[in-house]
Formats: sequence, structure tokens, C-alpha cells
Amino acid sequence: MAETGDGKKEDADYKRLQSFPLIRHTDMPEEMRVEAMELCVTACEKFASNNESAAKMIKESMDKKFGSSWHVVIGEGFGFEVSHEVRNLLYMFFGGSLAVFVWKCS
Amino acid sequence: MSVPHKVGSVKSKQVSSFVMQDEEEGLDTAEGEEWMQGKTLVKPPDQLDLTEAELNEEITRVLKASNPNAPQNVVRYSFKEGCYKPIVFVDQMAIHFELEGNLVHKDSDEGRRLMAKQAEVDDGGGDERPDNVSIKAGKREQKLTNQFNFNERASQTLNNAPRDISCQTEPPPRANFSATANQWEIYDFYVEELQRRVKSKEKHEGQFLNKEEDKSKKKMIQAETQNDDIYQLAKVVKIIERMVNQNIFDDVAQDFMYFEDASDEFRGEKGTLLPLWTFQYDKAKSLSVTALCWNHKYNDLFAVGLGSHEFTQQGGGMLLFYTLKNPSYPEFIFNTASGVMCLDIHEHLSYLVAVGLYDGCVAVYNLKKKTDQPIYNSRASSGKHTSAVMQVKWQKDDLDSNHNFISVSADGRVVSWTLVKHELVFTDIIKLPVIDTIPDDLKDVIPTVGTSLDFHKQKDYSFLVGTEHGKIHKGSKYYSSKFLEKYDAHFMNVTRVRWNPFHPDVFISCGWDWMVKIWDQTMKSPVFTFELKTSVTDVAWAPYSSTVFAAVTTDGKVHVFDLNINKYEALCQQKVVSKKTKLFNIEFNPVHPIIIVGDDRGHVTSLKLSPNLRKKPKEKKGQDLPKGPEVEIAKMEQLLSSLR
Repeated sequence: MAETGDGKKEDADYKRLQSFPLIRHTDMPEEMRVEAMELCVTACEKFASNNESAAKMIKESMDKKFGSSWHVVIGEGFGFEVSHEVRNLLYMFFGGSLAVFVWKCS
Repeated sequence: MSVPHKVGSVKSKQVSSFVMQDEEEGLDTAEGEEWMQGKTLVKPPDQLDLTEAELNEEITRVLKASNPNAPQNVVRYSFKEGCYKPIVFVDQMAIHFELEGNLVHKDSDEGRRLMAKQAEVDDGGGDERPDNVSIKAGKREQKLTNQFNFNERASQTLNNAPRDISCQTEPPPRANFSATANQWEIYDFYVEELQRRVKSKEKHEGQFLNKEEDKSKKKMIQAETQNDDIYQLAKVVKIIERMVNQNIFDDVAQDFMYFEDASDEFRGEKGTLLPLWTFQYDKAKSLSVTALCWNHKYNDLFAVGLGSHEFTQQGGGMLLFYTLKNPSYPEFIFNTASGVMCLDIHEHLSYLVAVGLYDGCVAVYNLKKKTDQPIYNSRASSGKHTSAVMQVKWQKDDLDSNHNFISVSADGRVVSWTLVKHELVFTDIIKLPVIDTIPDDLKDVIPTVGTSLDFHKQKDYSFLVGTEHGKIHKGSKYYSSKFLEKYDAHFMNVTRVRWNPFHPDVFISCGWDWMVKIWDQTMKSPVFTFELKTSVTDVAWAPYSSTVFAAVTTDGKVHVFDLNINKYEALCQQKVVSKKTKLFNIEFNPVHPIIIVGDDRGHVTSLKLSPNLRKKPKEKKGQDLPKGPEVEIAKMEQLLSSLR
């Protein structure tokens, strides 16, 4: 009992420890990357339960700021292969279980 | 009476104006009169006083439709009659008020035009368009362009020819990217990141601690970490360097192993030397080679001592180790404070190298250690030589199994050095005898410069020392006061003495007096004498034959002799370096048929001996040729006996 309790506690700890946004792969320039990351974090926090709205928010803001046309995928389990414009790709993790993938290709 | 009366038809009574007004007004004069009679009559002040009779008088007035202002007697000159004639009909119209109107008849031009315009202005819509068009059409029909009112002029501006221009921008570059986003991947990545952060934190803290410590300590720590990082690469890089070198010098390597000069058959006795690799080190450019030594255990490794032979050009020195596997860069580099004059590698422990320096120090290097400082140095210790050390030779370990070596130097002493724990302990073996020409009182001061030293192969207590004056002294380690023998070898400096590796009695010497002499130690005069045209700087016996030796001279030539084949002249005299380069050292490789020669530019050249120079005695059919040193000794003995 204690062990499972501990296990759960560890899990929760991990989740807490790992809720920071973590960039997995990107080739964006510095300022663009920072902005995009912050935008993703804001969107995911705002629409914590609805991935679609979060993605929508991210896509529209990116379109406005950096030009059309951006594509956004948010989820917990998916695989992908995309062609993207060079220096316009961001792939990051957030909240311990959420993956956000943003790329530009017009 | 004030008002002029006109002849009128209307009769009027001359009554007071007041009364006249009443009469004109109403028909009911009777009633008016009756009404009026009720009031009192008021007379205006300026009314004429008239009598009754005058008041009742009837005056007739007549109204006419003629303009009183119009002239009545207009006269005009008539050209017909030639006189003035009165005009009867005068215009009687008097204009009291004139206002110009702006009405236009609707059928007139002006009217139609205005109507059309108005219609346009009023209705801009499509409904009225047909009306407009009809109006316009109507207008156009009516518009008359005659030559008097209208002038048509036309001109055409120059229109530039239209051109097609198209442009295609390069689309921004694209790349493909693929990955999978799973829960476990995310988890793994987070864990990694946490670990990385923890590590960097530790490093950060570690760095802080270091900064607090001593600066020197900090440097050490950094150096160590650097070593750890690069150390793994060092081995790999070394192998790759050797591979690359082998590729570059591939043909040389092939020659070294397999090439046998076929033309030797046609050359009779003569042989040639095939140049192989040249070893040079940039930092040693100003130094000249002073010592060469092959390593006995690793047959491709040899040591080069660099310094200067000139008294005036003393600078630093170097000890380099080259291997045949890597001709471009030395394996080991040691810098020494002063020029290296001689060196020797221990026979069994091939990592121990004894070095004698120009300033009189001897040092022992351990190749296994990573530092470039010698493990033993006689700098500060007492008993060190006061002048350049000319030769060092390792000895067998003494009774306490300490390593020891013997050195001879320009101060005339032969000293034995023992490596005891952390220091060198010296023992004077013998002092070279002073020559007779020096006056007695200076005998202690002016030493006899010993230039060369060699120990007997079998009886290693017996040794030979060559001096600057051309004498060779034979001594023994057990006799410290006197030399056993003295040979008058040369007129000038003896540059080298060497025992024959096989025959126990034979040794060779060479000197600046252009001579190479072979001696039997039992005889006072040389057995063989060879004159080479210039100063001979070094001579060496071949390890494979008791009758082959090679000498180098200051004109850059290598002379190879085989006494078995030709007793009087060299089998090979070959210039191996560019002009004006002096050769100083020569050594045979113990295993391979190559020799290395060192010159005064700091270069070491390796040469391969052609087959003629390496001849073994011919095999007789059916006879088993006995090999080994006995054969060599026998050969030499044969030679010597023929001369005695």
C-alpha cells in the first residue's frame, strides 16, 4: 500500500517536475523560437481540455505574426512526417504528456 | 388749385376732400351723408377757402392713355425730303418695372438641351438609361457640325510597345521532418533533460569551488579534464596518422621491405644505397644531429640527439624519437636546456635513455612517463662534468641491481653514474692522461678531451677511449689509475672508436685526419687503413657481418666497406645529402638492412643497403653453412692472418 502510494507520489512528482515546456527539436531563429514557445504554452494552458481550440489559437497567432500558412498539431500520441519550410519548425513537449508540433509550409 | 386738373369724364363735386373720399367709396351716399352728418366737420388747415358757388362748380376731368413724360414734339431729319419732319407717333409706353425672365421654350435648341441635361442629372439609374440614350441619340442627330463653328483636330500619342515580363521567386527552402510523439518518448526526454540539468548544476558548483582554490590547482584540474577528454582520441588519431603516413610513403615502405636492387648483379662488387625516408622536425631546423641510437627492443624506433658541434653556436637541444612507421613527426620530443651531445638507449629496458649534454650534465629519460622532464638529472648534483659529455654508454646492472651508465667528457674524466632511487651517484672511473706537450704546472688544468667511448661486447670491463689528440686508450673498469694500452691512432681528433661486434680483438677508429683504421688490439699498428677524402665523422660496424662497416664524412658521403670482398676500397661511396651538408652520425639498424645518417641540418636520412653490400659467403653445394658469430669471427681471423 505504502509502495503504491509512493509510486503515485513519484508519478505526481514527475508530472510536477516535468511540466516545464521542453523543446525537442527546432530550427527556428532565437526570437521566433522564444515567441512561439511562449505562445504554445499560453494556448495549452488556456485550453487545457480542448486541443483543437489551443491549436486554432496557435495557428492564427502564428499566421498573423510570421505569415501564412502555419500548421499545428497538439496531442499525446501521434507520428508524423512533414515537409516544412526551413527554419520554421518547432516540436516541443509540455505538461509532461502533451506534444505540440508547429510548422510552416505554404 | 394746387393740383393740376385734367379733362376727365368723371364729374366730381368740389367738396372737402374728406367728403370726396366718402363719395368715391360707397354708393350709399345718402346714407353716408346722413351718417356723416352726425359728426362735426373738421377742416384741414391748408384747405382753400372757397365760396359756396365755387364749391358747387363742376369740373370735368379726362383720363388719357398717353405717357405724360413722352416727348410730344419729336422731330427727325428725313433724308428723303431733306428737312426736319415732326414724328406723329411717339412711343407712349412708360416702363415702370422690368424683370428679365429665364423661361425657355421647350422646343427650342436651348430648351431641348436643358431638358436632356436635367433628365441625366435627375436619374442616374438604369431605368432612365434608355431615355438618356434616346435623348443622346436625338441630340446627336440634331448636332450640326458645320465648318464655321466646329473644328476637328486629332492626334495620337506614342504608346510604348507592350512587353511581357515575368518573374518567379525562389520559394523558401523546404525540408522534411518526421518523428513520433508518444507518452514514453515524452517521458524519456524529460528524464534526460532533468539529468542534464542536474549535471550542469553540479559542474557549475564544481567550477565555483575551483575558483575559490589556488590558481595553480585550478590549472591542474583543467589540464586533467582536458586529458580525459582528448585522451581517448589520442590512440585512434595516432593509428590514423600512421595509416596516412603509410599511404603517403607507400612506395618508400615497399622499397624498404622488398626492393632489392637488381642492377647489383651487373655492378660487380659495388653496391648502392637507396634513400628511403627523411626525418626532420621543424623546430630542430637550427640544430644539427649529434647522436643517433637504435632501440633494441623496437627495431623501428630510433633516438636522435640534436645540438650543436660548434662552440660558438650553443643553444638549446632536443631529444627526438622517430619511428619508421611515422616519418613525418617524432614520437617523443624532449627539450633540453643545452645541446645533446650523445645518447644511449638501455639494451634491455628500452624506455631508459641516457643523454649527455653540452654543458656537462647527464640526464636519464623515462619514455614511459608522460612528462618531458628527465627522471634523473645531474644538473645540481656534485661531480657532474665540467665540460661537454661526449659519450654515454649503459652498463649492466650493478650488484644492487641499480642501473648505471658511464660517460666520458671533454674534461677528461670517465665517470660512472648509478641510478639510486631518486638521484644519480657518480663514481670516477679514470681520468684521461694528459699529453706530454702540456707543461707540468698546467697538467691539472688542461684536460685531455675524451671524444669517444666503447665497451667490449663480451668483456664489458674493457673499454676504449678516443681522445682529441688522436690517441686511443684501452682501459679496464677495474684499473682506475692507469690505462692498459695506448694506441697512436690519428693525427687529429678521434671521432669514433668501436669494437667489432663479433671478433674480440678487433676495433675500428676514425678521425678528422681523413683516416679510418682497423686495429687488432694486440698490435700497435693498424691492420687496415683507409683514406677517405675528408674528415671522417663516424664509423659503424654492420651487425650482420664482421667484415662490413660504413663511415660518413663531412662532404656528405657514406662509404661502405666489406673487407671480405675488397680490402682496399669501398664497395659504395655515395653522396646522400645535398651539398654543403655535413654528415655526423651513422648507425646500422640491428635487424633491417638499413642505415640512418644524421647531418648538420637536423635531418636524419634512412638508406637501404643494396644486396651487394650485404653479401654472405657463398654456399657450397651439399655443405651446410654454419651460421652465427663463429663464422664471422672465422672470417675476420682469416683476413687478419693473411696480413700478419
